[in-house]
Amino acid sequence: MGKYIVRRLLQMIPVILGATFIIFAMVFALPGDPTVGKCGERPCSAEYVAKFREEHNLNDPLVVQYGKYLGKFVQGDLGTNYYGIPVKEDLAQRYTITGRLALMAIAFEAVIGILAGVLAGVRKGRFIDNLVTVSTLFVISIPVFVIGVFLQYLFGIKWGIFPATVPSLDAPTSSLILPAFVLGSLSIAYVARLTRTNLVENLRSDYVRTAKAKGLTKNRAVGVHTLRNSLIPVVTFIGADFGGLLGGAIVTERIFNIQGVGGYIWRGINSRDGVAVVSTVTVLVIVYLLVNLLVDLLYGVLDPRISHD
Amino acid sequence: MTTTTTSSAPVSDYKPDADGRLLEVDDLHVEFHTQEGVAKAINGVSFDLHQGETLAILGESGSGKSVTAQAVMGILDMPPAVIPSGAIRYCGQDLLTMPEEQRRKMRGPEISMIFQDALSSLNPTFPVGWQIGEMFRQHRGMNKSDAYAQAVRLMERVAIPAAKERVKQYPHQFSGGMRQRIMIAMAIALDPAVLIADEPTTALDVTVQAQIMALLAELQEERQMGLILITHDLGVVADVADRAAVMYAGRIVAKAGIDDLYARPAHPYTRGLLESIPRLDQKGQTLAAIGGLPPNLTRIPAGCAFNPRCRMAQDVCRTDVPALRDVGQQKSACHFAEEVLNG
Amino acid sequence: MTDTIAATVAPGAAGDDVGEARSLTQDAWRSLKKNKMFWISVALIGVFVLMAIWPSLFTSKDPGFGDINNVRATPSAEHWFGTDTQGYDIYARTIYGARASIIVGILASLTTLLLGGVLGVLAGFYGGWLDALLSRITDIFYAIPLILGGILFMASFPNGANSNYFVVVGKVVLVLTVFGWPTIARLMRSSVLQVKPNEYVLAARALGASPWRIIRSHILPNALAPAIVVATINLGVFIVVEATLSFLGIGLTPPAISWGVAISDALNAIRTYPHILLFPSLFLSLAVLAFILLGDAVRDAFDPKSR
Ligand SMILES: Nc1ncnc2c1ncn2[C@@H]1O[C@H](COP(=O)(O)OP(=O)(O)OP(=O)(O)O)[C@@H](O)[C@H]1O
Ligand code: SF4
Ligand SMILES: [Mg+2]
Repeated sequence: MGKYIVRRLLQMIPVILGATFIIFAMVFALPGDPTVGKCGERPCSAEYVAKFREEHNLNDPLVVQYGKYLGKFVQGDLGTNYYGIPVKEDLAQRYTITGRLALMAIAFEAVIGILAGVLAGVRKGRFIDNLVTVSTLFVISIPVFVIGVFLQYLFGIKWGIFPATVPSLDAPTSSLILPAFVLGSLSIAYVARLTRTNLVENLRSDYVRTAKAKGLTKNRAVGVHTLRNSLIPVVTFIGADFGGLLGGAIVTERIFNIQGVGGYIWRGINSRDGVAVVSTVTVLVIVYLLVNLLVDLLYGVLDPRISHD
Repeated sequence: MTTTTTSSAPVSDYKPDADGRLLEVDDLHVEFHTQEGVAKAINGVSFDLHQGETLAILGESGSGKSVTAQAVMGILDMPPAVIPSGAIRYCGQDLLTMPEEQRRKMRGPEISMIFQDALSSLNPTFPVGWQIGEMFRQHRGMNKSDAYAQAVRLMERVAIPAAKERVKQYPHQFSGGMRQRIMIAMAIALDPAVLIADEPTTALDVTVQAQIMALLAELQEERQMGLILITHDLGVVADVADRAAVMYAGRIVAKAGIDDLYARPAHPYTRGLLESIPRLDQKGQTLAAIGGLPPNLTRIPAGCAFNPRCRMAQDVCRTDVPALRDVGQQKSACHFAEEVLNG
Repeated sequence: MTDTIAATVAPGAAGDDVGEARSLTQDAWRSLKKNKMFWISVALIGVFVLMAIWPSLFTSKDPGFGDINNVRATPSAEHWFGTDTQGYDIYARTIYGARASIIVGILASLTTLLLGGVLGVLAGFYGGWLDALLSRITDIFYAIPLILGGILFMASFPNGANSNYFVVVGKVVLVLTVFGWPTIARLMRSSVLQVKPNEYVLAARALGASPWRIIRSHILPNALAPAIVVATINLGVFIVVEATLSFLGIGLTPPAISWGVAISDALNAIRTYPHILLFPSLFLSLAVLAFILLGDAVRDAFDPKSR
């Protein structure tokens, strides 16, 4: 087990290096002049521009810049953004918002998605099954940003149940309910479909027949014997989908004007703030890879047939 | 060995009748309503089972052996299965009209079942001891550690070495034979009066097969269970069964004491089976001595269902269904049973 | 990382030889023919493709003509879907908007299938250092979420004010390919690993068949079906991503006509004129739905267990 984790962590290193390099290269190519607008109405003096470029290593070739950046990164220095504020400070605040948003979205996935999937699977072919099948297809085919803006309009503006935008840096968790639901909506649908498929398949399995022959109640045969097996792939899905969730956060945070990581990346891109974007995304990729490792370990716990030796 | 069980086991509400009869299946019919049509899987099966008796049920693949067993057990999926008529009486009470909750409570303590493929029949995600102990926890309200102790005792009883150490292992960590022993341990956990074994050895190596059959015979002897042994292996049946019923297309076509069945078959199908013993377990393969395949259950031939494959078939076989009737010491559903018996 | 996607789509319940693979395809086709959903999705896709190729077949109106005196009109005989904020005929624009989505979806699916397929087969078939290298590269691209990669890429190489339509579409296809191929590659690799140890492959190798021949006649027939299923379902995903990029203002931008552009325009007017949003959203969703249903139907056909 320990060895497995070490091996996986080692494998992660080239992946992180590669992914951050790609991101770095793309951000490096960001067009436009980062000093625009830094000196009031007038263009900045040549002196200032030179100093700025020197400070941010903008004159070095791409690989050298990347090397310098990386050297700082491994020492825990995420750099300063173009306004001179350490990115680390910015991120700490923003990750708590996006972290809560993502965790709530996963909670929605787990609770609503699994519940809907189980109901549909147990009552296969009945009304509730058809309802779940149709509504999940519905959610999957409508782009998240349409769902987002629509729900924002209904719940936020028309009925005023939830705040329509959450621009505060210390947004209360309750104000994130609607955005989290929107963020998780696509995955809720996928989780429901996956749960249903697995459940239906496992309900036909030999060990469920055994459970019946043992005189167990139907609830126990389904709830204890079938559910665990059916949820193993669902856990994997939720883990693998975490990346999509982080990507989706950019869209969701944009809709609800949330000051999370997504909003930060978006602003960074628009203000040509390379360091801010690269550092944020790098942390994001590392989080994603760690979550995947965690899911694989969890997988080993849920399914005794998998061993991590 | 059973001091713990017998002392903790509640006295059963069910008593066999005077001559020890436990189970009585009476004119059972089972249909499957599928998109392809109605498959008449069981068409009037009757048999009974006494304490301490072993009844073998024989027949080709698809003849309805498992469906019969699962109907008795009450674990058929309905739908698609439908039981339009018939009765299954256990100690005089009809299981088919009994409330489901009462019937569920009988599975395990009264009637129990083991299946062919122990690997897929055991839940892969729970330790074997947990699965055996579940019988005690669910039916007897036992706590977890006592249930594990019972599991160890049972695993020892079915001769699993190092039971104490292995009780927390998972099914995939055992060999095929050991897994089947675990299934058996689970099935006999609550001292059932009837044990149904549906091809318990088909998936195993030959040497292991003999060991498992010996174990079943031993347990049956020890506990005076009624044992229904469904098998393809006519060789094994000869040693352990008292009586045998031969099924074809959802009917019992022959019934006999085991020695008569082998020595003096009274039905052409039984005779064919005996002549093709070595190949009987090859599913989908034509029986060497019979030829052809069993009928499609949505279109069972008129008259004797066996007539398209029967070498002795006459016109009457294509029009009249032969009833199961006494022929000497045995029963046979053939218009020409006497000729078969004597010829 | 586990091969998640690969695990959810079991590589062809594949047979023991190619003959069996072929009959598997025949079986699949037979059950597809009986599947209503298959025909519905094929019909829908057919209509959308026709719309993309030949929009004037569906409308005689000019999607570029805006009537300033008749903005935000509700549906009428003259304007079936009404007009939008600039007086454009929504019906005409919805018809003409199909082209961008369909081109992006189909091209991106083909290119990811090709790139991911080739890399996956190479990794699985040759193994060793090549596999190690390709698998790490796959991991790298897999670690960057599609939307995120898309946003960074499109922001780094923005469209000029009058970029050619096909250049912009090509850029979107490129970015979807660059960040979309890993799922296919992983799936393909694990399919190949499942097929490779089979005796007929070993036999063909022992007989000195060339690698290309073995891949073409023994490996592809068994490994391709699940990849095609995923590529079909991905097609819907790509259409959505393209629209999302437009929504963020970095995909197609006006004057280009596309569902994504129309939707993001209409979102501003959602309170007052919801019909402007309804029609492009409906068409886009129907197109996505059609590809998902098609993928599902094909998957069911190849994997009878899942029915
Ligand atoms: N769930 C079901 N739906 C439709 N038909 C079924 C179902 N279960 C069983 N049958 C049909 O009932 C018939 C009898 O099946 P059964 O399993 O009892 O055969 P068997 O004698 O046990 O054969 P085997 O030796 O293969 O186990 C078969 O033809 C089968 O097709
Ligand atoms: S009744 Fe006729 S067909 Fe049937 S077994 Fe007897 S002889 Fe053969
Ligand atoms: Mg059977």
